[in-house]
Amino acid sequence: MVSFFLKRLLLLIPVFLAVSVVIFMIVHLVPGDPIDNLVQINSSPEQKAALAAKYGLDKPLYQQYAIWLGNALTGDLGDAIILRRPVADLIAQNIPHSLSLGALALLFSTVVGIATGALAAIYKGSWIDRTTMTLILLGSTVPSFWLGLLLIMLFAVQLGWFPVSGARSWDALILPVLTIGLGGVALVARVTRVAMMETARKDFVMMLHAKGVPPWQIELRHVLRHALLPVVTILSLRIGWILGGAVTVEFVFARPGLGSLLITSLNQRDYPVVQGALLMLAIAVMLGTLLGDIIQAAMDPRVREGIK
Amino acid sequence: MMAAFEPIKTAIRSPRGGASAAVLLLVVACALFAPLIAPYAYDIQNLPGSNAEPSAAHWMGTDEFGRDLMSRIIYGARTSLTVAVTAISISVVAGLSLGAMAAYFGGWFDRTVTAVVDLTWSFPEILIALILIAIIGPGVGSVMVAVSIAYLAQFTRLTRAQIMALKNETFVEATTNLGAGHFHIIFRHLLPNALAPVIVAGMLATGDAIILEATLGFFGLGAQPPTPSWGAMMSSGTAQIFIAPWIIIFPGLAIAMTVISINLFGDALIEALDIRNRLRSV
Repeated sequence: MVSFFLKRLLLLIPVFLAVSVVIFMIVHLVPGDPIDNLVQINSSPEQKAALAAKYGLDKPLYQQYAIWLGNALTGDLGDAIILRRPVADLIAQNIPHSLSLGALALLFSTVVGIATGALAAIYKGSWIDRTTMTLILLGSTVPSFWLGLLLIMLFAVQLGWFPVSGARSWDALILPVLTIGLGGVALVARVTRVAMMETARKDFVMMLHAKGVPPWQIELRHVLRHALLPVVTILSLRIGWILGGAVTVEFVFARPGLGSLLITSLNQRDYPVVQGALLMLAIAVMLGTLLGDIIQAAMDPRVREGIK
Repeated sequence: MMAAFEPIKTAIRSPRGGASAAVLLLVVACALFAPLIAPYAYDIQNLPGSNAEPSAAHWMGTDEFGRDLMSRIIYGARTSLTVAVTAISISVVAGLSLGAMAAYFGGWFDRTVTAVVDLTWSFPEILIALILIAIIGPGVGSVMVAVSIAYLAQFTRLTRAQIMALKNETFVEATTNLGAGHFHIIFRHLLPNALAPVIVAGMLATGDAIILEATLGFFGLGAQPPTPSWGAMMSSGTAQIFIAPWIIIFPGLAIAMTVISINLFGDALIEALDIRNRLRSV
């Protein structure tokens, strides 16, 4: 298990390097002099020269990349142009909000998704199944930002149950989690339902029925347990996707977080912040995928041993 | 060539396929004939009549500049469909070529393509699109490029899997022995047999691309005002959420209806072509 973990961790290094090259190149690929994309407005020529020296802008590109990456790895992501603060501070301030939202949304998607998917599979063809299938279709086709806005209109504006936006109290998390969650629930429920229906056709399930094991016990103890493997696989592949949902939803609910920070700085062309936020989001996605791999390996020895 | 239309006919004959095809036709008609269908011009402002609720004169109400919302939604179909269809078409063609060549030639080319595809695979499309927009800047053209690259991995992967399954078939061996060149084999024999699943996946991805385009538009990174785009319309509606919720409700409904129809029709096509297993193998 430890060697599996280390192998996966090592595999992430080239991925990280590739992604960081692309993110590094942003300031060089956008039109204009890189220094103008990095320096604060109204800076003096001396300040510009100091920054150019710090980033080694007179050196070849690969050396500049090495300097930038070295700085980034030691927590120096430069200074924000508009907000005039170290990017690392901004990120440190925003990460906890994104983490709590992402983690809760993931938990919600998993628990509610498995429960609904299992109910739909057990009561196959009934109104529960049909309602779930409709919900799945809606959850995977309705744009999450629109869903978020609808929830705001209904529960915050009309009913006044939750705050419209921001992150000042815990209940401000409920609508954003529901918004990301519905898409996640749809995904997890769909996989759970299909996996359970496929498992239910297997011989050992028929054997259990023949032995006279109560149906609910078969469904919960045996069928669901077997069906959880593909669910974990899909979840591990899609953790990044759920985190990506957080980017959109933070912006809709005007919540602080990496996503809001990224969108705002993109609109303001505040490139040091854009780079920092993208780098952190990319790392989050990579770590999320790693976490998914580990959970999958813990559940299934075949994954651990690399057997196909 | 007529045989290619048979599965589409079968799909339309199923109740879901028929209903969704009808909705899709309506959306496409809106996009193509917007000036003929829309009751007003999309950019005529009427400030005294701003944020008016739905009425006989304005079926879907007006926005914060008093512009007719329904007309803007009809014109918005143009932006959404143009971006999504163009981006996905580019992506499908590029994915087909890359995937086919990777599978057929193997070796370092295949390893490089697979490595890049696997690299982008784990990242959500929205993040890839945002990275690209950070580089090329906001706008409709940028969104098209971003969307087409964001989905490239999916089609390359799918095509590669199809060709891998086909390339050792006897008919390929026979064609090779007859002296056919690589490109003849790829484009005349392998790709036509691999096409159906990729095209259906492309159709389903068009739905996702419409949502991605709308999301980027909502962020203010897509079509710039006054060009109507479903996402950007909702974005300006957030400021009026307390007084004019219809500015948010109707464009969202347009997106949801379009995307649900695309998914239902795609599903009907999958049934008609009997390719569910070939799509799932990826």
